[in-house]
Amino acid sequence: MMNLKPMIIGACSVLALAGMARAETITIATVNNGDMIRMQKLTDDFTAKNPGIELEWVTMEENVLRQKVTTDIATKSGQYDVMTIGTYEVPIWAKQDWLVPLNFDKSYDVDDLLPAIRSGLTVDSNLYAAPFYGESSMVMYRTDLMKAAGLEMPDKPTWDFIAKAAKAMTDKEKGVYGVCLRGKAGWGENMAFLTAASNSFGARWFDESWHPQFDSPEWKKTLSFYVDLMNEAGPPGASNNGFNENLALFQTGKCGMWIDATVAASFVTNPKESQVADKVGFALAPDAGFEKRANWLWAWSLAIPAGTQKREAAEKFIAWATSKDYLKLVAEKEGWANVPPGTRTSLYENPAYQDAAPFAAMTLASINSADPKHPTVKPVPYVGVQFVAIPEFQGIGTAVGQQFSAALAGQVSVDDALQRAQALTTREMMKGGYIN
Amino acid sequence: MATKNTRASARMMMAPAVIMLFIWMIVPLAMTLYFSFLRYNLLNPAVTDWAGSFNYTFFLTDPAFNAALINTLLLVGGVLAVTVIGGTLLALLMDQPFWGRGIVRLLVISPFFVMPTVSALVWKNMLMHPVYGLFTWIAHVFGLEGIDWLSDIPLTSITLIVSWQWLPFATLIFLTALQSLDREQMEAAEMDGAGPVSRFIYIVLPHLARAITVVILIETIFLLSVFAEILVTTNGGPGTESTNITYLIYSQALLLFDVGGASAGGIIAVILANIVAVFLIRLIGKNLEA
Repeated sequence: MMNLKPMIIGACSVLALAGMARAETITIATVNNGDMIRMQKLTDDFTAKNPGIELEWVTMEENVLRQKVTTDIATKSGQYDVMTIGTYEVPIWAKQDWLVPLNFDKSYDVDDLLPAIRSGLTVDSNLYAAPFYGESSMVMYRTDLMKAAGLEMPDKPTWDFIAKAAKAMTDKEKGVYGVCLRGKAGWGENMAFLTAASNSFGARWFDESWHPQFDSPEWKKTLSFYVDLMNEAGPPGASNNGFNENLALFQTGKCGMWIDATVAASFVTNPKESQVADKVGFALAPDAGFEKRANWLWAWSLAIPAGTQKREAAEKFIAWATSKDYLKLVAEKEGWANVPPGTRTSLYENPAYQDAAPFAAMTLASINSADPKHPTVKPVPYVGVQFVAIPEFQGIGTAVGQQFSAALAGQVSVDDALQRAQALTTREMMKGGYIN
Repeated sequence: MATKNTRASARMMMAPAVIMLFIWMIVPLAMTLYFSFLRYNLLNPAVTDWAGSFNYTFFLTDPAFNAALINTLLLVGGVLAVTVIGGTLLALLMDQPFWGRGIVRLLVISPFFVMPTVSALVWKNMLMHPVYGLFTWIAHVFGLEGIDWLSDIPLTSITLIVSWQWLPFATLIFLTALQSLDREQMEAAEMDGAGPVSRFIYIVLPHLARAITVVILIETIFLLSVFAEILVTTNGGPGTESTNITYLIYSQALLLFDVGGASAGGIIAVILANIVAVFLIRLIGKNLEA
């Protein structure tokens, strides 16, 4: 009898070890955005439904994530089993055979994914990533300041109206600035906004034979308009402001208007986070009369790198995180206004969501009006609204973004910035072998 | 007295460590050199052919290269000037007996223990922010327009942040040197009628010469590769106003994912750093020989 206890303990340990050996751990690389952090808190639901799978999270800031996952996948080091990537990476990586095509069962309802988003993640009719949340861009504005300025925001504003309203709403003495726009250099920061804006002014990055177009009058108009508007009605230090900085400015009542990602709508209307939650209105991104609006299209999506040994478990996790049931789970715990937006048609047909999210209709309209296959007024050889889906773009985009950021800061003139952008883009396109 | 045998066995015992160290240094350097002659972009792994001097020509003719080179030298020079002059003054001050000297010494030294990224974040968001920052608030109190530090004077701002971090190091070394100064010599000079300025120039400064040389050499090594502060505050911008060579190489490697180009940049940086080192040792290193 005396020897029984250690034997039982030993047997239990062996069983526990065997259990641990069977449990599969998948490593997920993700971005530190609010919706992803919320997902991490809700994963008990997944592990309860999939007892054999354990999750390990690596959460990073957007730029760091991009660097880590790109180097990981390109060098085939296999550190991650699930990666959070965007609509820019998916087509490029899928063509390199770096991603595994996703096959979900019927209950997942692939047809329910919003067509614009789904097509951005599909290559050769295979879905290579599942959207966790999708976004376009739109105008968010302060209804009280607009009223005080004696103006009324149309549903489909023009750039002229935005400029007029911004100047009317600006009160620098009180620290209120008519418009907050991205100025921080980066292909995913100021260039996301400026490329989308340039589309609406009739500009394009490259002509049909891949020659850079920064010497065109349309780009000059885009950049001059942006710099003039920000000088007159933008906050100080705008050349350092990206999404997060502008979000903080808007939430603390410093901005009259903010043209940025639709996903920000739930943050600026949440009374816990925003001092102006009850005074925010929404409108489509502006145009300049060329049938193209300045709105982009993006989806943070989950994909499986080709190097993983745990494909099945990774697929199960992605199916859970991007399913209709996940939306319901968030709604139960946090309310409908906080579910990840912009991925499923059924969400926008749900009356509960429509009631809880005043921005739902405008978000959907914005996403649907973006066309990655025909992003510009004139024809282009590339796909992508606020980016050009070629591997070289993230480097070129950031370098051009630096020049435009310098123009905004007043370090160089608009003409010089455009000239430098033209020169450096031509250089990199020659290096990449696109032009001679 | 070492015999031939003991010397041989000592060499045998040291060999593994020496070989390890050698491999540790030579392998990455050789790989960088090899990659610098390849057309090797992580995003386009299909093409990895021999590139000859292509990567070097491309890096050296980059419009950002000249700006980065000048910024690197300005940053090193600026921080050295602030830390050597400021450090000397602070060390002189802290060498005087006054109430609470221990606490003041601790406070002055503390910035050295703050991580560069953390201090850069604090400077950017709490001090230099053009809307919420402390400096803007102070300017407003006096009825002035706040300075938009990181957009208007980016390199000066970064020099300030980095100087703040390195000032304690210089102060600490100078204070230690000052404490070894012979008090009797100072008193004798004072009795002979030498004023405080003369005493500083003819006694204190020569005494500090070696410490100043050490500070300049050590700081230069680290300052040539300042990176975190730039990444956190300005990302090398606006434009290339605050891009240094290290940041330029980073952007080649992790924004363009151009391993070949970045490797060529790395080799060029090593050569440039060596030129600076030789120049420095010739210019001021003679202080160390005495």
